[in-house]
Amino acid sequence: MTDLTALTLASALDGLKSKQFSSVELTHAFVSAIEKARVLNAFIVETPEKALEMAKASDARRARANGKVGKLDGAPLGIKDLYCTKGVRTTACSGILGEFTPTYESTVTQNLWDQGAVMLGKLNMDEFAMGSSNETSHFGNVINPWRRKGDNQGLTPGGSSGGSAASVAANLCLAATASDTGGSIRQPAAFTGTVGIKPTYGRASRYGMVAFASSLDQAGPIAKTVEDAAILLEVMCSHDPKDSTSLKIKTPNWQKDVRKGVKGMKIGIPKEYRIEGLSEEIDALWQQGIKWLKEAGAAIVDISLPHTKYALPAYYIVAPAEASSNLARYDGMRYGARVEGGSLSQTYEATRASGFGKEVQRRLMIGTYVLSSGYYDAYYLRAQKVRTKIFQDFVDAFETCDAILTPACPSPAFAFGEKSGDPVEMYLNDVFTVTANLAGLPGIAVPAGLSASGLPLGLQVIGKALDEAACFRVGGALEDAAGFVARPETWW
Amino acid sequence: MTDRTPFRIKGETGDWEVVMGLEIHAQVASNSKLFSGASTAFGSDPNANVSLVDAAMPGMLPVINKFCVEQAIRTGLGLKAQINTYSRFDRKNYFYPDLPQGYQISQFAYPIVGEGEIEVDVEIPGGKGYAFTCRIERLHLEQDAGKSIHDMDPHATYVDLNRSGVALMEIVSKPDVRSPAEAAAYVKKLRAIVIALGTCDGDLEKGNLRADVNVSVCKPGQYEKFRETGDFKHLGTRCELKNMNSYRFIQQAIEYEARRQIEIIEGGGKVDQETRLYDPVKGETRSMRSKEDAHDYRYFPDPDLLPLEIEKAWIEEIRASLPELPDQKRARFEKDYGLSRYDAGVLTSDFEKAEYFEIVAKGRDAKLAANWVTQELFGYLNKEGLELAESPVSAPVLGGLIALISDNTISGKIAKDVFVRMIAGEGEAAAIVEKHSLKQVTDTGAIEKVVDEIIAANPEQVAKVKDKPQTLGWFVGQVMKASGGKANPQAVNDILKTRLGL
Repeated sequence: MTDLTALTLASALDGLKSKQFSSVELTHAFVSAIEKARVLNAFIVETPEKALEMAKASDARRARANGKVGKLDGAPLGIKDLYCTKGVRTTACSGILGEFTPTYESTVTQNLWDQGAVMLGKLNMDEFAMGSSNETSHFGNVINPWRRKGDNQGLTPGGSSGGSAASVAANLCLAATASDTGGSIRQPAAFTGTVGIKPTYGRASRYGMVAFASSLDQAGPIAKTVEDAAILLEVMCSHDPKDSTSLKIKTPNWQKDVRKGVKGMKIGIPKEYRIEGLSEEIDALWQQGIKWLKEAGAAIVDISLPHTKYALPAYYIVAPAEASSNLARYDGMRYGARVEGGSLSQTYEATRASGFGKEVQRRLMIGTYVLSSGYYDAYYLRAQKVRTKIFQDFVDAFETCDAILTPACPSPAFAFGEKSGDPVEMYLNDVFTVTANLAGLPGIAVPAGLSASGLPLGLQVIGKALDEAACFRVGGALEDAAGFVARPETWW
Repeated sequence: MTDRTPFRIKGETGDWEVVMGLEIHAQVASNSKLFSGASTAFGSDPNANVSLVDAAMPGMLPVINKFCVEQAIRTGLGLKAQINTYSRFDRKNYFYPDLPQGYQISQFAYPIVGEGEIEVDVEIPGGKGYAFTCRIERLHLEQDAGKSIHDMDPHATYVDLNRSGVALMEIVSKPDVRSPAEAAAYVKKLRAIVIALGTCDGDLEKGNLRADVNVSVCKPGQYEKFRETGDFKHLGTRCELKNMNSYRFIQQAIEYEARRQIEIIEGGGKVDQETRLYDPVKGETRSMRSKEDAHDYRYFPDPDLLPLEIEKAWIEEIRASLPELPDQKRARFEKDYGLSRYDAGVLTSDFEKAEYFEIVAKGRDAKLAANWVTQELFGYLNKEGLELAESPVSAPVLGGLIALISDNTISGKIAKDVFVRMIAGEGEAAAIVEKHSLKQVTDTGAIEKVVDEIIAANPEQVAKVKDKPQTLGWFVGQVMKASGGKANPQAVNDILKTRLGL
């Protein structure tokens, strides 16, 4: 019998539909794969009983004659710990939330369950999604299933959706939910040879998603293929009256766009993304991508996004500023962990000092600083102005092209501790991805090749607002051209 | 009406004046909170009306309650203010256990309502008064915080989040208020407006209307310089008196605070800008927090909410549905009832008074009704310290008395006796008049008889009145006395004049 865990989401759904296997069988396969892969530390909460119960219910639905089945009926998924799940501990991988178990369900996950999906458990991530290596998690880092050729050194899976990316790459779930504030879907996808897409801001509801930076946070999937990402994203997105920033629009059928091809499309290549010190390997991958798209019938146009160099600094002002306010609710008063002090102030200080990790504390302090009186104009207001300029850059660029092709990350996966000593070097991981968050645009990361050290490398496609279809078309074409089939060896 | 005379306090170095601006927090009359569906019902069990949003659970998001926005617009229109078609919510960040989010959602940079004004009627004991215009700076929407309860346990503080997230309108005046009485009158007028609009219940005791008063003192002439130039340097340093919810305490607190500031300045000191609380028991204000330990609130636009963009058509729709406002009512009272500006102002200063008056005046002599309501009834209530709602004489009963005066059944003098009996609970005017035989004598024959008797009995007075016609009053008094006050005074006058040949 074939390894069920190796199936794509699309083929698994086909198999369930044609009764080649049951959801219970499929779920069992993943449950035991997760058990065997604990060394990767991808799942921080496993919910096998719940998964099997959901799988059984799905099988029952499929067994019923003319039974109504959902779009994801019986498909076992992993859920990033950022999403509140009713009755299942949700901490955003922070110590400050203690054993917090929500009494409510996030809209995105509710959409999945409404379509019959099966929950395998909660996935590890950087604390409050602040990190690019999954090293800031209160539950310890995730280990990338990929290793350098001939080297057993542990590598990071990227972050913050490190658990999501690693579990998909290691076949621990058919696909996973993730979230992206500055690149947290696309960078880990690129580091693990998986596909990740961040949709247009407002496509997916933020209700029940633990907030990091409200104006940048957006839900999205990490999956094995572009088509799988399209299937999952369609279900995750919806208009939600409980989120004021949720867009009142219909979610299109993106699955049909994936194999449409790029004939006649104009692909923009932004000169400002050729950053100083860009590695030859990444540049070569980018050139390869351009060549593939040209061969597939797209026209390549040079474009300029002049304010790109200000994006990263602006991001590291806006995101911490919002976070400093969003995370004020974690005060030990109503839920989560509390450390008593001698006075109210001391209780606040002790609770937050012990509950938050170092990186979160760093960002809260940066955020508090840039919002404080006398500094607001120079930092926060300035950064917001930059943000407007960056948005305008894209508007102008999209006058001459339909989608933009860039590298996903400046490097392949790195080893633990390699960058965690220097926060700025770590922040540079987001250099190609933050612009899409600042401008609210969709961006997809697709695996396109291997580095000299044998690690996956990704390309990114940025689309116009609400034009995820372009991301899927170009992403699908790159996937076809690259024929990326490499998998990590199972060493765990 | 009289002129607005400056309120002055004598200090050792001469006269001082006070300058005040008020910030009123008015709870929006709405069944649910500003950003959640939780109930706003007063008096529920602690933490009974708390949604996941109000408790700031992880991942919860605010969603604006459109009705609260409508109420703010309606209030803005009632203040003749600019309604801003673009406004925005900001976060005011600070830590406190009764503030679950760690920030209050408020409108800092772009309020929903801009500049407006209200006409304030100031009553002066003795039936005089004046009006002044108080300019409104802005009105914005914000969330209320919860309540910390410190006295249930010696070692712990409990928090009730029922109020957390309830919608408030903060209405900020310009520094146009110049005396303690004006401050109280301003709050009264604002209360009358929001009650008429139905946008706030205006219940001071339940705390759904609270006032913060910014008080400073200056020398005569300085305020005028400030108004000319708009430069605050002409005014003194202000202190904010927080959370006042009684007209009496507002006035006491201002007076105390002004004297405190004058004493400091005259003693060579400097007034510190700070927030102070009034202690009604001790009759003094004390420091709550100084400017130095003021919070840095780190205001920034709330990224969970879109800016409020209001369509002009909606504003016009709300405008078209506005009820009659106190000022319009006052104008109508002046025009339709022929009342003076002062009487009309007094009667429309709150909804209950106006309603009472209109019942009394309906189909009757309105001026007479106004006199009776404002002089006799309010005079009595004031003396007894009663609210109109506690009046022993209901509006229809007082109306019955007015009717008897108008149709000459009783004289005004007799009416006062009847009024006293009505207060004592003897019932309707007609029944009292009947029971005590107080009906006015309009039978001229009967009056002539009495007049003739008195003329005959008092020849000296008759001689005197020929020279001094003003002594006629003596005869009137004698006739009235003889008739037990029931003779029609006009008829008595006429007959006396004829008989005495005056």
